[in-house]
Amino acid sequence: MPVGQLLVEGLAIGACYGLFATAVVIIYKTSEVVNFAQGEMAMFSSFVAFHILSVYQLPFWAAFVITMIFSILLGILIEYFFLRPAKHPSILGLIVITLGAEMFLMGLAGWKWGAEQKFFSLPLDPSLTYEPVKGMIINNWAIAVFAVTTCIMLLLYVFFKYTRLGVAMRATQQNKHAAKIMGIRTERVLSFAWGSSSLIGAIAGMFFASRATLDPAFMMEPFLRAFAAAVLGGLMSIPGVIIGGGLMGLIENFFGYYQWKPIIAFIVIILVLCLRPSGLFTKHFVKKV
Amino acid sequence: MDMKRDYYEDIQLFKSNVVLFWSAVLLLALFTIPLYAPNYYIYLLNIIMVHVILAVGLNILVGSTGQISLGHAGFFAIGAYGTAFLMSMFQVPFVFAIFIAAFIAAFFGFILGLPALRLEGPYLAIVSLGFGLTIMHIIGGMDVFGGRMGIKVPPLDLGIKQLGISWVLKTDIQKYYLILIMTILLVVGARNILKTRVGRSFVAIRDSDIAAEVIGVNLTIYKTLAFAVSAFYAGIAGGLFGFVLGFFDPFTFNMILSVIFLVMVVVGGLGTIQGGILGAILITYLQYDFLKNIAEVPYLGALMVAISKQWFTTVGLENFSSMAIGLIMIGIIIFEPLGMFGVWIRMKKYWMTWPF
Repeated sequence: MPVGQLLVEGLAIGACYGLFATAVVIIYKTSEVVNFAQGEMAMFSSFVAFHILSVYQLPFWAAFVITMIFSILLGILIEYFFLRPAKHPSILGLIVITLGAEMFLMGLAGWKWGAEQKFFSLPLDPSLTYEPVKGMIINNWAIAVFAVTTCIMLLLYVFFKYTRLGVAMRATQQNKHAAKIMGIRTERVLSFAWGSSSLIGAIAGMFFASRATLDPAFMMEPFLRAFAAAVLGGLMSIPGVIIGGGLMGLIENFFGYYQWKPIIAFIVIILVLCLRPSGLFTKHFVKKV
Repeated sequence: MDMKRDYYEDIQLFKSNVVLFWSAVLLLALFTIPLYAPNYYIYLLNIIMVHVILAVGLNILVGSTGQISLGHAGFFAIGAYGTAFLMSMFQVPFVFAIFIAAFIAAFFGFILGLPALRLEGPYLAIVSLGFGLTIMHIIGGMDVFGGRMGIKVPPLDLGIKQLGISWVLKTDIQKYYLILIMTILLVVGARNILKTRVGRSFVAIRDSDIAAEVIGVNLTIYKTLAFAVSAFYAGIAGGLFGFVLGFFDPFTFNMILSVIFLVMVVVGGLGTIQGGILGAILITYLQYDFLKNIAEVPYLGALMVAISKQWFTTVGLENFSSMAIGLIMIGIIIFEPLGMFGVWIRMKKYWMTWPF
């Protein structure tokens, strides 16, 4: 494949990783929980979209809207029922809870839809391609990914910068107790963070599903790679994560043969964490004793 | 209640004659189980004991040293593949093969321990998760190991082929005794490790690694050692697991398996030998017997099938097991963070201090 082609495809899949990693980062920023269930939340939402499309035969936009509402509810409910009742859980406890949510969702999806692979397609004609520069073919899927990622990034930027809720979220992240004293309902902020993160994850999940097949375990490896992207960009900054996602997609497309792709993600995580633990784009912080 | 008055009281194997007596009874029961239990349960017990070895090893890492590992399926796979490969390709006798494989696993544990020196919490979890996936993919990508098709285990020959001694264990009952002896040795070994200087260093690292370093615990040595010991246990367990199954492929050792291993430790109770054992027994029983055959359980089974027919698919009912285990994981953190061992301690305290 020509270099330009690899570049475009790498950037497109990288934008997907970046989008999904953004979902991880939103939760990590507000509550310091690494959500291992993120992939399965996206998987479940994609299955809901698939179910609406194939069983109820609704048009795509209706399925999309219903899925988005569902994914927001899913995120809020998981936070409300699984994480909130735990009183001062340790880091291991939090990891076990999110892993438990992951197993739960995976089992539920497997029970409902079976383990065989399904085909999920976005209303995009994959044969429709453009060639702006010679040797650089962009297909519809990549354009949709770029457009959606840009939109979400702009929305998030405006949201965190100018809205009251966004400022409240940043305040909660910086100091939960001070934010509470200032009158911010931090629980509600958490709910909102989980809901929005689940929504972004569901959009990314639908892109992943339309690129591969849909089965209860299909988000496991994209999750690891998106996490590698998040680590690359530093788990705290959203623009950094998008750049990290792009880098991750490029690294994977240029240096990864099909079966070694998961290993690339692993090596990237190890190298970044060992050489620059706080990521490429965030300030280093030192643990206080 | 559990006060230790001197050092020898702390290191003795049996706390009192009562404990000694009940341990002897338990051993006797374990050795005579094949006389009256049906064959299917022997198979189940074999798997349970393999998981007990693994959970005890993982508990040294997670419970006692405070490091998180989501990659133990990787070490488990190294043990299983290493043992089977050494025995079938190089005709290495079983006893050496399983220990060589376990030492290879321990070496990989040491390697994984190196990044762990700089990482903690969720980062370490992700790195170890990636490690487990990587091992699975590397093994699946190599044709020497049978690739994605899997590998058939050679007959379990306890003798040494080169000397012409052959003692093949064929039935589940014969394997049961082998695994039982290994389990007892390794569990007692783990208990003794935790009572030594090494074990105390592990606990010091768990409680605060910075404080441990200040009082002179070498973090580099002890953290990597904890990973190596734990991986060694996983390697031995993996080697035995291969013989219990008879056949396996790389996807036997997927990420879910690592999660289930972690669940065993968390559900049983962190940082205690008994916790690891209890968790391994409970989770393995649920996963391999109760939840797997939930459709045949009286009353509940019929209800589950009816629910499946109404709202879900009957083919997918087997996935209920992972759903239930997920709920158990969440429930144990919310309601009983100390695990089943915590329940036992509470019950004991209640009866010992009754009526206060």
